[in-house]
Amino acid sequence: MTLNSKPGSLGKRLTPYLYLSPTLVLMIVLMLVPIVIVIGYSFYDNVIMNKHPVYIGIKNYTEIFTDKNFHQTIYNTAFFTISSVVFHMIIGLTFSMLLNSKLLHRTTRSIFRVIFVLPWVFTAAIIAILWRLMLNPNGIVNYFLTLFGTINSKVEWLGSRDTALYAVTFINIWSGYPFYMVSLLAGLQGISVDLYEAAEVDGANSVQKFLYITIPQLKPIIVSMAMLDCIWTMQQFSLIWMTTGGGPIRATEMLSTYTYKLAFSKYEFSQASSSAVIILVFSMLLAFVYVRKQKARD
Amino acid sequence: MTKKTGRNIGKLFVFILLLIGGIYAGFPVVWMFLCSFKPNTEIFAYPPTFISDTFSLNAYRSILTNSEKIRFFLNSYFVSSVVTVFTLVVSVLSAYSFSRFEFKLKKTLNMLIISVQAVPPITLLIPYFGLIVALKLYNTYWALIFTYMVFTLPYAIIMMTGYFNTLPRELDEAVMIDGGSRLLALWKVLLPISIPGMISVGMYTFMQAWNEYLFALTLTKTIEMRTVPIGIQQLMGQHSYEWNEMMAMSILGCLPVLLLFLFFQRYFIEGMTAGSVKS
Repeated sequence: MTLNSKPGSLGKRLTPYLYLSPTLVLMIVLMLVPIVIVIGYSFYDNVIMNKHPVYIGIKNYTEIFTDKNFHQTIYNTAFFTISSVVFHMIIGLTFSMLLNSKLLHRTTRSIFRVIFVLPWVFTAAIIAILWRLMLNPNGIVNYFLTLFGTINSKVEWLGSRDTALYAVTFINIWSGYPFYMVSLLAGLQGISVDLYEAAEVDGANSVQKFLYITIPQLKPIIVSMAMLDCIWTMQQFSLIWMTTGGGPIRATEMLSTYTYKLAFSKYEFSQASSSAVIILVFSMLLAFVYVRKQKARD
Repeated sequence: MTKKTGRNIGKLFVFILLLIGGIYAGFPVVWMFLCSFKPNTEIFAYPPTFISDTFSLNAYRSILTNSEKIRFFLNSYFVSSVVTVFTLVVSVLSAYSFSRFEFKLKKTLNMLIISVQAVPPITLLIPYFGLIVALKLYNTYWALIFTYMVFTLPYAIIMMTGYFNTLPRELDEAVMIDGGSRLLALWKVLLPISIPGMISVGMYTFMQAWNEYLFALTLTKTIEMRTVPIGIQQLMGQHSYEWNEMMAMSILGCLPVLLLFLFFQRYFIEGMTAGSVKS
């Protein structure tokens, strides 16, 4: 240690902040300031487009909350998020247990680990295009479904109001489960073999072992995955934007596409800001629960 | 005997599930691959052709000889690499502070870094639009690099802090007793043994930057500033659906991420779980 850094001296107390300074500067300029700005925007009649915006209080918020389209958006987002999280969990858990199965040879397991993780390496732009190709009325999905007799006319999966929401949810499920699978696999490998052996001695069958050992042991991972997934899925923009753009006629409109359209198609930047603040509040509530849960675990 | 048949039935069951899962996960990818070698007229052929008689590399050729499309790739490589390097440097410094110092705001700042991850990109997009213009960064690489870092840094810091915490403090103290500075200790002792952690963080950062869509769409404007995700999407409007080219570009577009994943699978999965489950 050098002489000028005596314990308790100002220099020494500032050192940790010095190391943190690049992060702090970036977070203040591109996180804190923008959040303050967007909250500010949301109380004006129209910003950016309007040279002299007028303060109008919470009028933007009341307008959004009474907008019928916004109600539809909330319903869509809730359906999309909850279904995605539930199916991500089911598929992720099934696949991770398959990959952890002692009945399989090591090579088989590592080959399938790569296959199962494949959807993860694709960006939303690619996933959107790929599924637009496959779900095209003349596409391969309709071909197989007709072949097996499940449907008898060409379904426009992404183009019809009745099926679009299910279709985008299906695509999102496909693209998101590997994240769970990978984490749960690590969790499964961490469960002590002794627990299962003890249960076998007591005569437990596989269902009982699954319900009373596997699930409770994985619960902390499952809970934190589900919280993170809720936050991220609720904010999903790119996949929706590139498959349906929120259509047909708002059938797949989500909070994010609703906000984006308000801002960049209608140039209603203030209303868009209030909508953006609403998403922020939802996300922060979930994040708060998540951080509390994490702390409780430590 | 019964135990053996039970085992065989179990094995059969597992194999059937594996097969179904394999088709579910893998078929779309195989289909993408096959379509990239077909002429565009054959994409929706009935019945579908799996291995085309007219196998051709034309789709790839037309992308790799088009300077506009190559530019998308160069842009993406440049932005993602710079974001990765910057994120690593900045996160290592911050993580060192969180791991090796005790200070007043440590807990608060740590909590803030964790919760910042939940801030929706769309919320920041509207103020960014004005802010980036005001900072004269609109339609530049820097607009993307700085905004991407806001989203890559928190995870990187949490991960690297966790990594440094597993390394004994005696290591850096030994250097400092010999008269070395803290930075020297960090550089000479901690970094070399943190390489696995840095690979995992670097990969995750690169992937995030490579895949980003919303900011790239809004904060850049001209065709020569566009990145791969936007480029793929623009292929849809311009050329009235050249599906084979789009599939070829998708294959080329996911190649860096796929290769990174295959080479560093082990680090990645370890790092990923350490970060997301135990932050």
